[in-house]
Amino acid sequence: MTLAPETTDLKVQLQLRDGWFTVCDLHLLLPGRGVAALLPDDNQVAVFRDRKGRLYAIDNRDPFTGAAVLSRGLTGTHQGRPFVASPLLKQRFDLLSGQCLDDESVRVTTYEVRAA
Amino acid sequence: MTATPTIVLVGHGMVGQRFLEALAERGLTATHRVVVLCEEPRPAYDRVALTSYFSGKTPEDLSMTDMEFIKGHGIELYVGDPAVSVDREARTVTARSGQVFDYDILVLATGSYPFVPPVPNKDATGCFVYRTIEDLLAIEEYAKTKATTGAVVGGGLLGLEAAGALKGLGVETHIVEFAPRLMPVQVDEGGGAALLRTIEGMGLSVHTGVGTQEIVTDADGAVTGMKLSDGSELATDMVVFSAGVRPRDQLARDCGLTVGERGGITVDEQCRTVSDPHVFAIGECAQAADGRVYGLVAPGYEQAETAAATIAADEASFVGADLSTKLKLLGVDVASFGDAHGTAEDCLDVVYSDSRSGLYKKLVIGRDGTLLGGILVGDAEAYGTLKAFTGSVPPVSPESLVLPAGAGESAQLGPTALPDDAIICSCNNVRKGTIRGAVTEHKCTTVPEVKKCTKAGTTCGSCVKVLGQLVTAELEASGVEVDKGLCGCFGQTREELYEIVLALRITSYQDLLDRYGREGARGGDGCEVCKPTVASIIASLAPAIGANGYVLDGEQASLQDTNDHFLANLQKNGSYSVVPRIPGGEIAPEKLIVIGEIARDFGLYTKITGGQRIDMFGARVEQLPLIWARLVDAGFESGHAYGKSLRTVKSCVGQTWCRYGVQDSVRMAIDLELRYRGLRSPHKLKSAVSGCARECAEAQSKDFGVIATSNGWNLYVAGNGGATPRHADLLAQDLSDAELIRLIDRFLMFYIRTADRLERTSTWLERIPGGLDHVRDVVVHDSLGICEELERLMAAHVAHYRDEWSETINDPEKLARFVSFVNAPDTPDPVVGFIPERDQIKPDLPLLSIGTRPTENTADVLEGTAQR
Ligand code: SRM
Ligand SMILES: Cc1cc2nc3c(=O)[nH]c(=O)nc-3n(C[C@H](O)[C@H](O)[C@H](O)COP(=O)(O)OP(=O)(O)OC[C@H]3O[C@@H](n4cnc5c(N)ncnc54)[C@H](O)[C@@H]3O)c2cc1C
Ligand code: SF4
Ligand code: FES
Repeated sequence: MTLAPETTDLKVQLQLRDGWFTVCDLHLLLPGRGVAALLPDDNQVAVFRDRKGRLYAIDNRDPFTGAAVLSRGLTGTHQGRPFVASPLLKQRFDLLSGQCLDDESVRVTTYEVRAA
Repeated sequence: MTATPTIVLVGHGMVGQRFLEALAERGLTATHRVVVLCEEPRPAYDRVALTSYFSGKTPEDLSMTDMEFIKGHGIELYVGDPAVSVDREARTVTARSGQVFDYDILVLATGSYPFVPPVPNKDATGCFVYRTIEDLLAIEEYAKTKATTGAVVGGGLLGLEAAGALKGLGVETHIVEFAPRLMPVQVDEGGGAALLRTIEGMGLSVHTGVGTQEIVTDADGAVTGMKLSDGSELATDMVVFSAGVRPRDQLARDCGLTVGERGGITVDEQCRTVSDPHVFAIGECAQAADGRVYGLVAPGYEQAETAAATIAADEASFVGADLSTKLKLLGVDVASFGDAHGTAEDCLDVVYSDSRSGLYKKLVIGRDGTLLGGILVGDAEAYGTLKAFTGSVPPVSPESLVLPAGAGESAQLGPTALPDDAIICSCNNVRKGTIRGAVTEHKCTTVPEVKKCTKAGTTCGSCVKVLGQLVTAELEASGVEVDKGLCGCFGQTREELYEIVLALRITSYQDLLDRYGREGARGGDGCEVCKPTVASIIASLAPAIGANGYVLDGEQASLQDTNDHFLANLQKNGSYSVVPRIPGGEIAPEKLIVIGEIARDFGLYTKITGGQRIDMFGARVEQLPLIWARLVDAGFESGHAYGKSLRTVKSCVGQTWCRYGVQDSVRMAIDLELRYRGLRSPHKLKSAVSGCARECAEAQSKDFGVIATSNGWNLYVAGNGGATPRHADLLAQDLSDAELIRLIDRFLMFYIRTADRLERTSTWLERIPGGLDHVRDVVVHDSLGICEELERLMAAHVAHYRDEWSETINDPEKLARFVSFVNAPDTPDPVVGFIPERDQIKPDLPLLSIGTRPTENTADVLEGTAQR
């Protein structure tokens, strides 16, 4: 049997009020894309991984349409900061702050996330 | 008196809101207490765009009030609480709620009310006016439940809008206008006639030269008709009065302020009432210093700025405004500007009129050649430039300005020819010089930035096109090289990137970004513009550059738009639609049954599409693989309804059955669809084949369309349906099957190579230098010597085509992505739900609501990311 590379058994975890919540194996996250996860309180979160391996997590609901689709948007870098563009009407959200880059008055919740 | 001085604003309409913004800009909200009494149940909204409610805008979309702004500036806004009296002695305003406010300055912005002629039964059930969102809600409700016929009293600007709205609600619509023509204020007889023809052509009935004498009602007091002045009676279930507006000056009258003879609170050039230095009046309720009451928003905005400046002790005055208007009424462009009716002495008209197409254009020219004004009906393209030239002698002859494009002499004046003091945005009174200044001094480089900086283009939007041309011209003139790069990540155009990928056989996006991206973008994650663009280039060239042609392979999966990523079309509630390919629209009964069974078993909504195939809506992401397993099993392939790639090749039944057909159009359509299926391109590609010149397949509206002749096939290219339809151009005639296919191969590959992202063949052909002649030279006469390569690239695509869905359902790792939740693969997304409608399903929209929707319209700034 060969030893699996280090990262294979890393888990993606989110900081919730009562501790770290395990979402999935890290290898399920494709760099540049997101996945959605269901939280114990029925909220939905979108988790992303960028090409450098950094993780981000924001609410999965698109505040402009209400649909739970932010995890399916395209990600990118805008002036050095990571963002995701909603696949529905294309508004972009900063992945670190949750701030909508196209409408100052809109922000989505962010979560602390780690691979452990 | 209070310590901080108080400004009380009565009326929170469009002008009132602009006044508040002007106060804030001048810092007056910090030094004053500001109280706003708003009569309507909602804060200020865009009344000019009121009618767009019927095309899907919600009251929230129409809002002009940012509550953050109100809160941030400490403005006290009392919604639904109108002022009922003013005591000028005591300087107090009393609101309906009983609250009393002291004021140091009172600003009246109470707007207008719709004038209802005093005819018997004018208040009957079924009679409406057209001014507020509440009016529209009431009209909609009545039209949907109680009316099949409606009449609008008044054929002016608002009357036509109201009529358009009624027609849109499915009501048979009549317009009754007292004057002998429609829009008597704005257009002359000729213009009215052109308008009449077009509007009647849309199925509305117009009665001009007759007045309304009485509303006829039934026993319950509901409208059943109206008696007209010519003795006739018009049966109708509802009446909308739109016979002009009157200033709302009652509050002012009651407290003894002077009003004009025909109404309107009399003010001086600073918008201060002539009777009381503590009271101002602005907007439609005011009679300006020039004796006029303005019923348009632009002069009102100018008055709002003037009043705010005066309060701040700055110099400003409002002495009168231009009444130029440009509107789209019932889809018809109508514009009038300057001295439209030719009242100046000795002036002459230049008129172009074409009743067949509802065109009417008139310019009023002074003796010395000065452009004084004009009227445009049916095509108001030139409005922006012509209006700006008003008052000067245009650099080209007037007749060339009204002739339609392509009619030999016609000339198009670019906005660069305009003088600096020409007004570009009349809603916000922004001059060309200011826009240039925004670029040169304030360093704006894009239209959204210029809009923010100057307010130009933020109201009716009719000037945005000219704005764009000016910004580009200014950037180019000031030596700034206009950045034609794809996005903030790449300085190259799509065409340049295509050449790089092909020449260097680059198969990885990251590789391309790190080597050829802009300085700051290298090593980053790209953006939502360049990722799918590069993915598309790699997919189009896959066999030639040695990439895997499967769009979900490796890195490619992370570049695709969400639709391509899930090989289905995302719908508004997060579910997907599924469209199997039905080549040429031909389908055997067995396959139809399979589609029916699948749709039934998964509970999908089915619809025949405009592309001669069947769309199944409402699939949850985790159902997609199950649905496709069955479709693939029955011999279906992906229809690429999601991709920027070949959609459908429509066919007519053709020679086999049709008595007129001269070729087998169905077979050709199937051959073409199978040949080009899966071909990724800058935008979607559509085609059609008709069996004879009757053109039942509408081939001339397609990117490439084929029409049979008795000698073979005619090939048309660069047609388009959609928002800007374009008839295709004939590229070559009487081709054999093989010649036809060879030309299409070359044409498509040349387009894929040279077009911009999201540029349909129609816009591409219009853009590229040399246009159709150049394309014909390249693809028919091989003037660039690249045809062999184009053909080879296409041959490689055809040889390597594989169906994406059958590849996907055989790949467990890819299939694992088709879940709603990575940590709960069996749980469906709770926000995706459906309710019944007409024996099928539709999205359950209330499930989607999460608090209030943001109000700002950001649609025009969303394209692309980053610094350009
Ligand atoms: C399903 C369908 C309407 C229907 O129920 O009939 C449809 C639906 C959509 N059309 Fe269409 N179009 C459909 C036929 C058409 C046609 C008619 C035709 O193809 O003969 C046209 C006019 C012809 C043309 O394209 O020149 C048409 C012109 C558009 C346009 C405007 C394109 C333009 O160049 O102006 C868009 C917007 C765009 O692509 O940017 C659009 C975009 C869309 C999108 C993709 C909008 C979106 O992003 O969600 C819709 C998604 C489909 C879905 O979710 O499944 N659709 N659309 C039709 C699918 C045909 C098919 O079998 O694939
Ligand atoms: C359907 C439609 C289409 C139009 N299209 C165009 C167009 O294309 N171009 C154009 O330039 N103009 C257009 N107009 C006209 C434009 O809307 C008006 O010129 C503009 O709204 C005037 O602004 P205002 O603030 O003076 O009045 P309003 O927007 O009418 O606002 C006045 C407000 O004051 C409130 N009010 C009245 N009395 C009191 C009181 N005692 N206490 C408190 N509040 C009070 C009213 O309820 C109202 O909300 C259109 C109007 C309509 C109805
Ligand atoms: S285009 Fe000609 S051949 Fe085809 S169905 Fe129409 S009439 Fe018949
Ligand atoms: S002219 Fe209306 S927004 Fe500029």
